[in-house]
Amino acid sequence: MAYTPELRELIKKVEATRPARLERARRGENYPALTMDEREEVLSKFHPDYQKDAKRIVRVGPNKGDSLQDQVVGLLESKSIIRPDKVNLNTINHETDVLVIGGGGAGTSAALMAEAAGCKVIIANKLRHGDSNTIMAEGGIQGATQEGDSPYYHYLDTIGGGHFTNQPDLVAALAKDAPLSIAWLESLGMMFLKQDDGRAVTRHFGGSSRKRMHSAGDMTGAEIMRVVRDEVRNRGNNITVLEFSPAVELLLDEDGKCAGAILFNMETREYSIVKAKAVVISTGGFGRLHIKGFATTNHYGATMDGVVMAYRAGVANKLLASTQYHPTGVAYPEQNVGLLITEKVRGLGAHVLNIKGEQFCFPLEPRDVESAELIQEAMAKGLGIITPTGRVGLWLDSPMIEELHGPGSVRKELPAKFIQFERHGIDISKDPMLVYPTLHYQNGGICVNGNSETILPGLYAAGEAIGGVHGENRLMGNSLQDIITFGRRAGKNAAAYIKGGVELKKLTLDHVVKFEKELAEAGIENPQIAPILLPDYSTDEVAANRWPEAVTEKV
Amino acid sequence: MCEITKQPEIKVATGDRAILPEGAKTIPIFVMGKKYDVPETLTIMKAMEFAGFKFLRGAGCRGGICGACPTVFRMAGDYKLHFGLACQTVVEANMYLAQIPFFPANRASYNIEEMSAAADAIHALYPEIFRCVACNLCTKACPMEVKVMDYIAALKQGQIDKAARISFDCIQCGLCASRCMGEIPQYHVAQLARRIFGKFIQPRFEHLVSRVKEIESGKYDQMLDELTKMDHETLKKKYVEREREPDLSSLGAWKPKETQYL
Repeated sequence: MAYTPELRELIKKVEATRPARLERARRGENYPALTMDEREEVLSKFHPDYQKDAKRIVRVGPNKGDSLQDQVVGLLESKSIIRPDKVNLNTINHETDVLVIGGGGAGTSAALMAEAAGCKVIIANKLRHGDSNTIMAEGGIQGATQEGDSPYYHYLDTIGGGHFTNQPDLVAALAKDAPLSIAWLESLGMMFLKQDDGRAVTRHFGGSSRKRMHSAGDMTGAEIMRVVRDEVRNRGNNITVLEFSPAVELLLDEDGKCAGAILFNMETREYSIVKAKAVVISTGGFGRLHIKGFATTNHYGATMDGVVMAYRAGVANKLLASTQYHPTGVAYPEQNVGLLITEKVRGLGAHVLNIKGEQFCFPLEPRDVESAELIQEAMAKGLGIITPTGRVGLWLDSPMIEELHGPGSVRKELPAKFIQFERHGIDISKDPMLVYPTLHYQNGGICVNGNSETILPGLYAAGEAIGGVHGENRLMGNSLQDIITFGRRAGKNAAAYIKGGVELKKLTLDHVVKFEKELAEAGIENPQIAPILLPDYSTDEVAANRWPEAVTEKV
Repeated sequence: MCEITKQPEIKVATGDRAILPEGAKTIPIFVMGKKYDVPETLTIMKAMEFAGFKFLRGAGCRGGICGACPTVFRMAGDYKLHFGLACQTVVEANMYLAQIPFFPANRASYNIEEMSAAADAIHALYPEIFRCVACNLCTKACPMEVKVMDYIAALKQGQIDKAARISFDCIQCGLCASRCMGEIPQYHVAQLARRIFGKFIQPRFEHLVSRVKEIESGKYDQMLDELTKMDHETLKKKYVEREREPDLSSLGAWKPKETQYL
């Protein structure tokens, strides 16, 4: 839907303030950033993570006693799809060295590294290979490759952006490996944005001290995913890719080592048993739980499956209460609601504005601070723009980019975004966009060390499923780096673990039995069944028409 | 997002669940020939979910970049065939649609290390590109507006760089291959071209070569180790006091005052 006449009237206010704002931008003047104390204040008042009403205490498992989001607790306190006492664990359907659960960027990198170290690998995907948040990451990937930068400053930016709550060994691993990851992707033939002399085109982003953001158009994640997936296809002799076959439970052996998983073929509804010497969980995040009813930027399968399975096997999570709301999700048109507008738009100089066309924040604060400032402006001050579908938004003045970087820059720098809006009759090189914070990233997750190892021998985890790399707030470009750094480390270390000699004993699901006993003892009645695998978007009317009470059994 | 609306009397969509807003019109659409009434302004994907479909195939990122939901449709009474992504195409009254979540396409396996900047290898792996009859149905079918036929033409002439750039927005949905009279798997050929371009034709990151050596020689290990053990206050001070590279500095030219950690 193109802008309505009412919205067009409001756009005039943005256009009215634009020349003066451009003038200041050209002089290198910015709206002042908040001090550390001011950041604290706006976060505590307006960031959804800090609001107590949507949280409750976990009653079972390794995170017992933690206060987490309602939907997350529901999944941690869930029951298995499998009835453990009825499963015949002697019939093995697949045997392999490494089982990778989740073939996004992290899992696919892990598979490539394990294969390169001589392992046979199976990648179990819930949807297609590559269906993941990786493919949706637009803006870029961090790495201290320029001479004026170094892993030292990457570390500082990352831990400061995370409010010093990050796990230090993970940050060090990220900062150190980042240039290596970029070199690896380059060697695989990724089309990075470069100058004619081969120098990386790198940019600032929210919370950066150096221009460290590498990119490939505005589809950096898609380009990464295309390249690593293509490479897996070249190694089909050693890497088996199973699609529409998510893992639904981990398997342990009698010694307590991780020893595989149960897969579920979602098309034929058959289950199968994979015996593996090492397992990598790379299942991504939880955006599709729609925490607090927020729209999300995440792909269809982002339902926290890996966290659920690892939890039953005794693996704790850290910082799971922390969710990243990306400050600029689409608020209009309705078809694009929740989708991400990359931070690069602000990195290129676009201002965030209220209904009067006025700036109210430094456009490149760390993401949580920026989100809280937008929510404050719209909700507390009432200076947001109400859309025709009753959502609220703020302006993101993309036409400034044309003025600052020359005509055609929007189309050149943001090709995918340009097309996405053009389809709905909005030319973002001429008109601003309406944005509002959207549920973007699971900051916390499975506890691992710098080698991507969990406490369970043989179980590794990488990517959005793990917690601690970003602390309570992730910087742009560190998620793509996280998946490559820890995906590669998980694959390499799993291979090394196997090389050291792994002898699997009898397979067992005793951990599930034990966990469900704990649920009963805690008095948790009618727990949810999880992993939920896919969200349910049935309307109330459709759900009622399915006659949940009046039919005898599922047809 | 109930809590953020300023007009609580309006029913507002939460998350991704579609609703029929007050006063909104419904229109008929035909999913594989069967009629459903859905709210106008929704995408095909959200409209089908509104109607009660639950996707397994045919839905992925829901943001127009993964290629899981290619869809073909015709409008009642019109011969013309249209193409789009279900997550990006808005429903129209009397639209007859079907999804094509998968279309078989031959992919050649290769060793990237054995490729070169010459197009011979591409021609050998995909001789079928010479079966192109220039009908341009591929380009017409592309939901990303990639000029598919043009990159195939470029590859026939050995212009890998041109093909890589033209095909960059490809999401590998397969609609091009589904329409091809020459039975060419365009998107696989384009993937190969882009990787060859990225590896053998684009200039390499020179500055990265030395950075990789520095990292591998352990240059930063001690610095990072010190940071991981640093007390909170010192770390915070270092964070607050770090220099910010000027916005308009040219790449690689700026030198910070503090150089001991570079």
